[in-house]
Amino acid sequence: MDLAQLQRQLVDYKTSLYHEDFLDEQFTQLQELQDENNPDFVVEVVSLFFEDSDRLLNELTKALEQQSVDFKSVDAHVHQLKGSSSSIGAQRVQKVCIAFRNYCEEQNVEGCLKCLQQVRHEYSLVKTKLEFMFQLQQQILSAGGSIPM
Amino acid sequence: MGMAAQTQFHVLAVDDSLIDRKLIERLLKTSSYQVTAVDSGRKALEFLGLNNHDNEDEERNSSVASVSSDDQQVGVNLIITDYCMPGMTGYDLLRKIKQSSSFKDIPVVIMSSENIPSRINRCLEDGAEEFFLKPVQLSDVNKLRPHLMKGIRSDENQSNINKRKGMEDIHSPDRTRARYNELEVV
Repeated sequence: MDLAQLQRQLVDYKTSLYHEDFLDEQFTQLQELQDENNPDFVVEVVSLFFEDSDRLLNELTKALEQQSVDFKSVDAHVHQLKGSSSSIGAQRVQKVCIAFRNYCEEQNVEGCLKCLQQVRHEYSLVKTKLEFMFQLQQQILSAGGSIPM
Repeated sequence: MGMAAQTQFHVLAVDDSLIDRKLIERLLKTSSYQVTAVDSGRKALEFLGLNNHDNEDEERNSSVASVSSDDQQVGVNLIITDYCMPGMTGYDLLRKIKQSSSFKDIPVVIMSSENIPSRINRCLEDGAEEFFLKPVQLSDVNKLRPHLMKGIRSDENQSNINKRKGMEDIHSPDRTRARYNELEVV
């Protein structure tokens, strides 16, 4: 694939991510904060998000496995995940977190478990897609091109 | 040499989320502010020199601290803090700042991911200048400037507010910036 084709593929891919609500306006804001002095800003923030989310999902799994579920603790973790997904523009993850918190408030274990499954799924999707997008970007840069915004 | 000592406003950012700290730091630096980011209200107070004892420690700190001309001033021009934090909330921090004789005039801005009118009103009533909903945008950060500029005018009337180290000649950012072109030649 030549450079122009790669760039076109990237633009189309990004557009689809927005269209399907994987990403929202906040991700655009992140990109606008990146410049030649901070060329890796987006990748750095997103990497932090991946690390943080992995940790939180593990905590949530453990917390919901307990005999007596500590809903305050579960809610605190979901609140964090909601916050970080919102900060990077991972809209679908954020949306599940909202539902998740409602189940926490109701102290509904079944509901929480369902949401945990959903949030894992959405997270895994957005992670894969973002990683692919970064890969495309890297290919473009390696081919000497610039990233179309 | 006191040249260009404080050409930038210094913002203290407080947030327990690493991602949000990174974000707010980038937003503030993009707006040419100097940033110190800490992860708790307790650390924010420590940074300011306010521990559990209010005035006593400040006096002690400012007289004990060495005064070399190379020392950076640790003056803070604005504090921006997350509301929901474990331990000390952003609201608790706001109250402590406003109760401090040395720091009560530093503008405080609160951020929160939750849009709760009663929370917002309480913060504003208790002295917060602004309340930003997360995720914070560049347009929000642009709203900080008037509050920072206001701080300078009151600065000129007070000799030693939030400066931990007694310096010979403390240039307020405004005056320094206004003279920056002249100083640059040196």
